[in-house]
Amino acid sequence: MTLIPEFQAHRVFVEPWTTELGSHGLMALVTFLVGATCGLIGNFLILRRMALLGDAISHSVLPGIALAFLITGSRGIGAMVLGAMVAAWLTHGLIELISRHSRLKQDAAIGIAFSTLFAIGVVLIAVFADKVDLDQDCVLNGELPMIPLEPPVRLGGWVLGPPPLLRLAVVLMVSLVLLVTFYKELLITSFDPGLAACLGIRVGVIHHGLMLWLSMVVVASFEAVGAILVIALLILPGATASLLTDRMIPRLAWTTVHAALSAISGMHLSVALDCSPAGATVVAGAGWFCVVWLFSPTEGLILRGWRYRMGSVDSRLRSPEIPLNSETP
Amino acid sequence: MSSLTGNPANVPPLEIHDLTVAYRNKPVLWGIDLVAPAGKLIGIVGPNGAGKSTLIKACMGLLPCSSGWVTAFGRPVTQSLNRVGYVPQRESVDWDFPVSVMDVVLMGRYGRIGLFKRPSSEDRRIARECLEQVQMLPFSDRQISNLSGGQQQRVFLARALAQESDMYFMDEPFAGVDAATESAIISLLQGLRSRGKTIFVVHHDLPTARTYFDWLLLLNMRVVAFGPTEEVFTPELLQKTYGGRLTILSEVAEAVRGQGSLT
Repeated sequence: MTLIPEFQAHRVFVEPWTTELGSHGLMALVTFLVGATCGLIGNFLILRRMALLGDAISHSVLPGIALAFLITGSRGIGAMVLGAMVAAWLTHGLIELISRHSRLKQDAAIGIAFSTLFAIGVVLIAVFADKVDLDQDCVLNGELPMIPLEPPVRLGGWVLGPPPLLRLAVVLMVSLVLLVTFYKELLITSFDPGLAACLGIRVGVIHHGLMLWLSMVVVASFEAVGAILVIALLILPGATASLLTDRMIPRLAWTTVHAALSAISGMHLSVALDCSPAGATVVAGAGWFCVVWLFSPTEGLILRGWRYRMGSVDSRLRSPEIPLNSETP
Repeated sequence: MSSLTGNPANVPPLEIHDLTVAYRNKPVLWGIDLVAPAGKLIGIVGPNGAGKSTLIKACMGLLPCSSGWVTAFGRPVTQSLNRVGYVPQRESVDWDFPVSVMDVVLMGRYGRIGLFKRPSSEDRRIARECLEQVQMLPFSDRQISNLSGGQQQRVFLARALAQESDMYFMDEPFAGVDAATESAIISLLQGLRSRGKTIFVVHHDLPTARTYFDWLLLLNMRVVAFGPTEEVFTPELLQKTYGGRLTILSEVAEAVRGQGSLT
């Protein structure tokens, strides 16, 4: 009995794309959809220094879902999203309340708010275990391997795929539409909220809209990868992309590439090690982040070290020549 | 309509009445009352913590006021935002943000573009013109972290120009910029003033304040004095503004001596 299963190239690299396409291939598609959706909104969380808030909201979704269950008694996606959104708003409100009316800074307030709500969720599920048909493991770690087993949705003669896959595809589409529609507003409220307010852009509305969008993404993602790993997929793709380019649109494109690479390599990793596909995807995503961190042509550690050795100044520190002509027309 | 909104003669560009702003129940600004004249370059000076930045933020409606009101061109500021431009402190934004110089200047147009629309070729033309005015057009494709402090300030100024406002609030546009940029900025501001715009500038350096500005607002939680520079730039009023701070006092003495040798 070995700890790591014997490596079988055919089983690891070929079968997921042939005989196992319906299970492993499908799982890779699901993790790609989650990674791309989370990564797109994650870019804005990173730029607004709200990465921790994403963490908070992904955790506090738990009591929201549990409560939605208790009240409606159904596992309907609508009730779940609603419950999660209420919880997300509550977390957000609680953080604001604590940081505004006490000496505590925002990071401590986030720590208090989300852990409290998360704990309430755990207690709720434990106390009402007979009424709440929710598995803690599934909420925390997702049920990715179960998704291919769900009966696929059929439309006419077409087999569209299992419901979670379709939900994620819809959420990705909605995210893309939101991104294209409000790109300008998202950009300026992230870069310079003061100016945005002066231009008559409703900074608060954009902020709360982003929170709503985030809770929708988190709810759609957590059943695939679980509440814990959502935070990794919110931040990793955008963080990796930020090391590859210094422009927004290419950054969003690289985010999607990272999501695809993580999904595919994560799937192979999970087959090879026979481990949780969600965990393997995040490990693979972190691996790609490290590769980019080391080898990026602009920001890579190796290139920067080499430049330093060669005695040339880091390009980011080199100030371009200033036009000395001070005359203005 | 333009004749109604465009006459600065009888409607003051900015009127502040009994404005008080508090932060955690501690007042930062107290009973500010002033009516600003149109077409003037107005310096806001005062010691650290005098509430200079707070005043312009409150004027723009970015901070809640405990009491009092502010009107711009005879209407509440929130209703005349399209006529008011703002240049925040350079340090207030993240210069590693993944946008180009052009993108930043285009942001000045966002208020006019409106929801669901993208910047048009006309917006881009205006942005290029504004960059040209601050001599930053050759840098328009550059990412903003690859700029010197002076160049970053010029970009901010170009963005303000792109807003095409009638009144501007600028928060320390001369902080940490090179001499060439400082003189470029001041001649640009004088150009704006000669086109009838009203410009408020938070400023730190007393000796240059006297030469740069037509009017001065001496501020230290309250309005110490507000009037034409030659009337309010006096040792008594400056001392009243800065209190008993020794280093500042010698600076004041030096500045006033400079004034004496000029006149």
